[in-house]
Amino acid sequence: MNWLDILVQGVLLGGLYALFAAGLSLVFGIMRLVNLAHGDLIIFAAFAILLAVSTLGLNPFLAALLAAPLMFALGWALQRFVLNRVLGKDILPPLLVTFGLSVALQNGLLEAFSADTRRIPAGPLESASLDLGIVTVGWMPLLTFLSAVLVILALNRIFYATALGRAFRATSDDPVTASLMGIDPKGIFAIATGLAMVVVTVAALYLGMRANFDPSIGPARLIYAFEAVIIGGLGSLWGTLAGGIIIGVAQSLGAAINPEWQILAGHIAFLVVLLIRPRGLFPRAVD
Amino acid sequence: MLLETRALTAGYGQFNALFGVDVTLDKAETVAVIGANGAGKSTLLRSITGVLRNAPDMVLHRGDPIGALPAHLVMQRGIAMVPEGRKLFPSLTVEENLRIGGQVRRAPGPWTLDTIYDLFPILKEKRQMPGTALSGGQQQMVAIGRALMSNPEVLLCDEISLGLAPVVIRDIYAAMPRIKDQGTAIIVVEQDIGRALAVSDRVYCMMEGRVTLTARAAEVSRSAIHAAYFGEAA
Amino acid sequence: MQPTVTTRTRAGTITAVLALILIAVGLALPAFASRSLIQDLFFILTMLTLAQLWNLLAGYGGLVSVGQQAFVGIGAYAMFAGVILWGIDPVLAIPLGGLAALLLAIPTAFFAFRLAGAYFAIGTWVIAEVTRLLIAQWKALGGGTGTSLPREATSDIIGVEAIRTLFDVREAAARDILAYWLALALAVLTIAAIYALLRNRLGLALAAVRDNAEAANSVGVDARRIRWAVFLIAAAMTGLVGALIYVQTARISPDAAFSVTDWTAYVIFIVVIGGIGRIEGPILGVLVFYALQTLLADYGAWYLLTLGLIAIAVMLFAPRGLWGLISDRTGLQLFPVQRRLTGITMKGGKT
Repeated sequence: MNWLDILVQGVLLGGLYALFAAGLSLVFGIMRLVNLAHGDLIIFAAFAILLAVSTLGLNPFLAALLAAPLMFALGWALQRFVLNRVLGKDILPPLLVTFGLSVALQNGLLEAFSADTRRIPAGPLESASLDLGIVTVGWMPLLTFLSAVLVILALNRIFYATALGRAFRATSDDPVTASLMGIDPKGIFAIATGLAMVVVTVAALYLGMRANFDPSIGPARLIYAFEAVIIGGLGSLWGTLAGGIIIGVAQSLGAAINPEWQILAGHIAFLVVLLIRPRGLFPRAVD
Repeated sequence: MLLETRALTAGYGQFNALFGVDVTLDKAETVAVIGANGAGKSTLLRSITGVLRNAPDMVLHRGDPIGALPAHLVMQRGIAMVPEGRKLFPSLTVEENLRIGGQVRRAPGPWTLDTIYDLFPILKEKRQMPGTALSGGQQQMVAIGRALMSNPEVLLCDEISLGLAPVVIRDIYAAMPRIKDQGTAIIVVEQDIGRALAVSDRVYCMMEGRVTLTARAAEVSRSAIHAAYFGEAA
Repeated sequence: MQPTVTTRTRAGTITAVLALILIAVGLALPAFASRSLIQDLFFILTMLTLAQLWNLLAGYGGLVSVGQQAFVGIGAYAMFAGVILWGIDPVLAIPLGGLAALLLAIPTAFFAFRLAGAYFAIGTWVIAEVTRLLIAQWKALGGGTGTSLPREATSDIIGVEAIRTLFDVREAAARDILAYWLALALAVLTIAAIYALLRNRLGLALAAVRDNAEAANSVGVDARRIRWAVFLIAAAMTGLVGALIYVQTARISPDAAFSVTDWTAYVIFIVVIGGIGRIEGPILGVLVFYALQTLLADYGAWYLLTLGLIAIAVMLFAPRGLWGLISDRTGLQLFPVQRRLTGITMKGGKT
């Protein structure tokens, strides 16, 4: 394996981490809520897609299309009926509620699907690759990365070119004044969490097709997502992509030196960025 | 009656700021609420807009109890607010700040982006700038325009002259007659008594959470206001 | 009568007497209790201590850490290192656990304090993961699969021989009794220390920092230093508990010693269910937790699922936990830390 190859694989892996992170970043940006169950929700969505594939015999992409509105509804209801009730000045209640949700989800999935590792079957796509001359890349990693770019483009478009996005930004700035504009901040929060769950579904699709998963791996995805968000700078979606890429490349380099160091190398890259740029690489001017 | 408060008693937790306040506003009327700092003027507006929620029948709109409605539903009934300190959204441009005012509720009426740019021409030049990059007076114009974008029935203005230079205040108040002419009912909360009286039909003076004077703006004497404002014998 | 500020209440005095009786009974218990009861009490006492420490961090200090397993794990591994690499007696190696946790807490705080609010929580979690992964590379202590305390180290632990002859029990049971006594001492010490901390000036400063760090700064409370102090103290104590737990189990692996479920999730649930921000909370919480575990232990994942859902329900409907419900109804305070004015009567009129 040559260095260029390692670098390219790392960048493409970063796309997956950016997908993990985009939903987290969206929710934090709008309501300053850190959802500790984010990783477990990704695994939950992966099982939902797997279920649709195995019972209805659907193509994984179609299954994800089916799961997305359901995940939106789940996110909307979670925010509306649970998280909105604990949002406030004190950061403790939402953290503890989402932590409780994380543990409950993990163990609920364990009961429902056992601890066996699963994979969403993607047919010939799993092993198909593309020869780019200097490097050969798998279609799956490439598709993941392109999807991450598309998701971020779409989210940016929603944020800056639609009335909903305007309401997102206004509510993020000042929920009380937004309510004086006729906007219901809690309704906006519910839509934002619903939207984050749609992104989670996309992340789950690629997570499940690329590698094995089981109910216990959610927290680690949360940590990667979190690292990508912090490296990128809070509130910047393109920064989040950059953060994902940095972790992906670091892991890829670490694994090339010693397979046991893959995960550790990603964490260390995060700590180094935190050390030299505490506000991330692309911090937002106003916080 | 278009809008009224009945025995409005409101406050923050243990602390009461209003004690039985009765204020009415008729169609197409402009009413001034004056009073010193801490008289309860802002609490009155917060109670009307639903930022502060009270017993339902303490605030009536067209006879309907709205005292317990959340702010966004009050606004959707056609009661728009120019908040104290302008409160423009920093992440939004001038034009987006204006648009968001009419995004949820847009009744048929005279106010559009064009007519607001006509009212405050400087805003058209700066429409792509972030709202908070403007001068204080220009920001106040955006805040007024933002509230007008919904074509409200009632416009509530909280201390729109606060912190602005006299010449800027004059420019802003110059727009008031044009807003009134469209049939909008207005409540102006002010510390600047002269300005408030000049645009109003009636005036309420508040002190320590109570209404101490109600009068027609054209007929009220300086000494009566002085007494009601500071609580001294005239 | 001269008005004075006091934290003393009748219930507080009764608590003090009761606590002394309980401690005396606790010390004498091994004379007539079964070995399994002693083991259960060891578990309850160590979880109680961890919960009190987390409560100090999150409930009083506003520092919501989900990375306390870092300090349990490093404490346990330091003790193992002392025993295996340097031949120290396991009990005497326990302070090494506290020291190692304290040393780890310095870089942890340095990194995690750069993260505001909720991100602090995940920041501590990252550090715990990094520590786990690094420890898993330490081949002398078993690497990723872990290791056990050598037979010769556990067979002549200081004091075990005396306990054997005192109670006429087998060596393994004597070791459990020793561990239980140490756990009891650590729990009492921790609660007493936290209580003393909250009753003196630091308690006021902590409350001020938790409620509003900037305002606290403006009245001369150095929020930064207080947060550092609380974080380091809690970490060192957590390290001691970690070392003690693994003296008793005598077998270690990175996954177990750095388990977020065992050392942080359970602990958070204990505090939340019992009542956060009160010393009484974790005490009540650990009893509920133990009862639930006894009842539901056979149901595996259902047990954790239930715990998670109970924690959510408590945060939604009784955010100050079971103890909050009890003290709202009865006004009971076993560990009074609020300052009250006595000796003056309020005259009529609004304040």
